[in-house]
Amino acid sequence: MSSVNLFNFTTIAYFSAMILFVGYLVTRKEGVSLVANIATWIGFVLHTGAIGLRWYESYQMLGADGRAPLSNLYESVVFFAWTIVLIYILLDLKYKQRAVGAFVVPFAFLGMTWAQLNLNDAIDPLVPALQSNWLTYHVITCFLGYACFAVACGVSIMYLIKSGKEQNNAESTPAGGVMSLFPSIRVLDDINYKAIMIGFPLLSLGIITGAAWANYAWGTYWSWDPKETWSLIVWFVYAAFLHARFTRGWVGRKAAWLSVFGFAATIFCYLGVNLVLSGLHSYGGG
Amino acid sequence: MTNKQDQSFLGIIWDFFCSLKLAITTLILLALTSIIGTVVQQGKPAQEYIQEYGERVYRVFVALDFVDMYHSWWFLTLLNIFAVNLICCSIRRLPRILKLVKHPVLTPVEKHYRSFANRDEFTVPVAVDRAGDRLAAFMRKHFAAPVVTARDDRIHLFAQKMAWARFGVYVVHLSILIIFAGAIIGSVWGYKAYVNIAEGTSTDKVWPRDSQNPIAIGFEVRCDNFEVTYYPGTRRPKEFTSDLVVLEGGREVLKKTIEVNDPLSYRGLTFYQSSYGPAGEPVFKLTVTERSSGRKLKFEAQRGEHVALPDGSSFAISDYTDSYKSFGPAIQMHLNDKNEKHGNAFVVFQRFPEFDAQRGGAYSFAVDSFEQQYYTGLQVAKDPGVWVVWAGCFLLVAGCFSAFFLSHRRIWLTIEPAGDGSLIRVAGNAHRNQPAFEIFFEDFKSRLKEELTGRQTPESAPLPVVETNT
Repeated sequence: MSSVNLFNFTTIAYFSAMILFVGYLVTRKEGVSLVANIATWIGFVLHTGAIGLRWYESYQMLGADGRAPLSNLYESVVFFAWTIVLIYILLDLKYKQRAVGAFVVPFAFLGMTWAQLNLNDAIDPLVPALQSNWLTYHVITCFLGYACFAVACGVSIMYLIKSGKEQNNAESTPAGGVMSLFPSIRVLDDINYKAIMIGFPLLSLGIITGAAWANYAWGTYWSWDPKETWSLIVWFVYAAFLHARFTRGWVGRKAAWLSVFGFAATIFCYLGVNLVLSGLHSYGGG
Repeated sequence: MTNKQDQSFLGIIWDFFCSLKLAITTLILLALTSIIGTVVQQGKPAQEYIQEYGERVYRVFVALDFVDMYHSWWFLTLLNIFAVNLICCSIRRLPRILKLVKHPVLTPVEKHYRSFANRDEFTVPVAVDRAGDRLAAFMRKHFAAPVVTARDDRIHLFAQKMAWARFGVYVVHLSILIIFAGAIIGSVWGYKAYVNIAEGTSTDKVWPRDSQNPIAIGFEVRCDNFEVTYYPGTRRPKEFTSDLVVLEGGREVLKKTIEVNDPLSYRGLTFYQSSYGPAGEPVFKLTVTERSSGRKLKFEAQRGEHVALPDGSSFAISDYTDSYKSFGPAIQMHLNDKNEKHGNAFVVFQRFPEFDAQRGGAYSFAVDSFEQQYYTGLQVAKDPGVWVVWAGCFLLVAGCFSAFFLSHRRIWLTIEPAGDGSLIRVAGNAHRNQPAFEIFFEDFKSRLKEELTGRQTPESAPLPVVETNT
């Protein structure tokens, strides 16, 4: 059994979980949500095992040059998916709101599918610039932060759907149908805020560890390169979100939208900068 | 009641810079404008922009400072507004928080109690003094040591936990200002430079990024050796290393082999492995065998140099490569006869010293070694502000933690005589995480009631009281 196979099983488990969560929203049967959660747990255990196995494989292939599986796009997407499921599981243990799974687990499934189908899964030794302990601290803090923002985004989408429905219906009657499975908008708002509250210090730590590493490797902790700048943009957006909480006129739907924009900026920072901006630059100017 | 029109001009300015709306607007503006510099490349030569965007767009870019936007007047203005906003907010709100923490209301009256969401009142058949003692002990055990105030015929108890959590947000604000200060210190008293040192040579100057004039560093740095190592069986670089020696007045004071992610620091300057390149032409060492006598001759040659052979002819190396197909390092060379007539070019492989003998002719050639000298490219940084920045970063994270996860919790108790017993008023308040505090308060309250009313005659069953007192 290789780690790539194990990652395939992980993907299948998340796919099943996703379908089951949607099934739960349609059938409204508690039992379905329980099975969906079990599938998520199984996926998470496989996922954890696969990451560990890949770590072990790197030592088998590269001897003393083996390293934690956090060093290329494939490995980072896989790790990102892992952190998203981790945060979902923690959230589920605390809040027991399984409808949230239907809006969070798909992020992990999409990530895994993309990694397994399109990304290069070769285990290469590290180039000199990446040979640093800061790599591990930097990647772990950034992705835990990103995962919190992913969960906050999923919950904000639920908030926007549910509060939109309730606005259209008669005043102050909670939405029925599928919406009745959603947590109340107060709880959704609370989860959104809590997730960002945890994600924001993690993102700050991610930026700081990145700066410390850059300073140690190149002698500048900040050079306004697109990746750094986008991480700061994300930080600004969530800082605005946290302050918006205390301002009348900015709570509720506006805060939910800020959370969705924040996650869009996060994804751009993570993927867009490498895939789009470098693309622009490689075509222009030569 | 304040009338807007009565407000002085300064008052309006002050309110503007204290406002939360300004903070949110500035943050969003900073986020939006920062995007420009990630799309338009920064600090490139004019031709590159003209080639990519055309002359007219380039002139607009220059007028708006888009080619170096993070140092433009308007971006720095935004950052300044951000900083002033932070300072003003903190100045306005801090005294209030200080007062709240240092001078809490110790003797609340009924009106105060009514303003709390978490409150209760009940009567117990216990005398005021006795209830006061027991509740003080109870609070010490289940919450925090209370301040006891006796006023008129009442006893007031107040206790609080983690009052300093209130300051977390101000620590975050201060930390951002400290980071700014560190960045300013670095840009005023520090510099970024680079220097290329060829193997075996030394330098006492470095070249700053933004100027033509070198900076004398006051000591010498010598590079003894530069090396690239590769992962086995690949051309994937594993490490770039430079053996550096620091010299003071010609005396060696420090030696270190630096690599990427492991720089050398000396007297406030840090040298980082950054690039490398060939320094000058390689020197080839050759062994030439004279066919007639079997005599072996040693030569050193550089590319293009004509080297005389004993019979009056000469040879020259015209090219070289690290790997010729799969045969490894090789040189291309030719012979000139006595009349300086060019012969045909042929290839000599370093790994196959016997091979050239098959070519025939008066001499056969073998490559012993060819040594390419390299220079090592070093980034040089002097940044006296960097520790200020790290201190700011530490405070930022610590401040976020206390601001988001720690809660200032307060509990008030008032005991007043009511008939034969006492009337107890209790209220609590947390500055964040209300749901968790609600649960705590409910539990606290029920245990408190149990403490006072759980037993009919306190004297006959004093166990819990004794427990709390010991």
